[in-house]
Amino acid sequence: MASIIQVGMADLKLARAPDKLMTAGLGSCIGICIIDRSIKLACLAHIMLPSSEQAKNPENKAKFADSALEVVLEEMTKAGASRARLQAKIAGGAQMFKFSGESDIMKIGERNGLAVEANLSKHKIPLLAKDTGGNYGRTITFDPETGDLLVRTIGHGERII
Amino acid sequence: MVNDFSELSGMQMDALKEIGNIGAGNAATALAQMLSAKIDMTVPKVNILPFAEVPELIGGADSHVAGIYFNVTGGAPTNILFILSVEKACLLIDMLLGRSMGETRVESLDDMEMSAMMELGNILSATYLNALSMFTNISFIPSVPALGIDMAGAVLDAILAQFGEVADHVLVLETDFTKEDQEVVGHFFLLPEPGSLNTILTALGVNY
Repeated sequence: MASIIQVGMADLKLARAPDKLMTAGLGSCIGICIIDRSIKLACLAHIMLPSSEQAKNPENKAKFADSALEVVLEEMTKAGASRARLQAKIAGGAQMFKFSGESDIMKIGERNGLAVEANLSKHKIPLLAKDTGGNYGRTITFDPETGDLLVRTIGHGERII
Repeated sequence: MVNDFSELSGMQMDALKEIGNIGAGNAATALAQMLSAKIDMTVPKVNILPFAEVPELIGGADSHVAGIYFNVTGGAPTNILFILSVEKACLLIDMLLGRSMGETRVESLDDMEMSAMMELGNILSATYLNALSMFTNISFIPSVPALGIDMAGAVLDAILAQFGEVADHVLVLETDFTKEDQEVVGHFFLLPEPGSLNTILTALGVNY
């Protein structure tokens, strides 16, 4: 019986086919999906912030783009994945609120997106597809069997990347 | 000195509930006047929650909501979010604009309707903060309103991300507004920034 594993905000989980990974309501947060296709093992991390470097409490590693990716790589290697086979898909990083004044905090989605891509390339993980930006939320489901990432939105369609 | 939300005493929690009561009482009166309807409020709840659990307060990360957000600066920086289901938001717009119920459609909200929602948020937050300010002698300056209509998780996460740099938990002072027939109209959240808690508790005379 296949189950759908829920990943909360600032959390990360591993799954093997036929199970799937899902995270609901990504706004400025980003869902980082990493897969090793040959063993059908996948990981989904729901990150909130770009960097753990300036954080006063970096204990929860899944919260930050940089530290979350390190944990993902460690966990996946432990579970039998090969670093060289890993591939990535990402979604999220929207700007949910429009203020008349520009503020850094409200650009958090864009900063998250840049940080995730920079960290992926630092670890030499190819980014196969992305669905980022905009001003709407996303609920995503990642399938370790096929590597398909289903992105659902309210009023902005549904797509598989 | 309170550095961590989990160190709050029962007395301090009660003091926070009391300011929630006073603030929301004023906001409820304003809401009732605007809508010409009887508006009640629930006893405020003080919750200290991990980020992931906050969307559960409003029906899960996937639920479709309208959120009006204010960043509040001044003596004790805080955040205000008035959040409600889109269906309820449309009904409130109908009431505000004097239309028959069900006329406002969520698929086609225009500028006028969104502006009405933001104005509603403006009045609620201003009355809430006024009461808070009189009680504590702290000045609060709300930003212009920002409106987000989308999944609850998505509306919340940009706000919660600001707390993410310093904390893993957030203090949520929640009041629900209800209309005559006990239907929940909306949830009013006050999310003080971690450093502000000391300032507020000191002003209330319960910081020891």
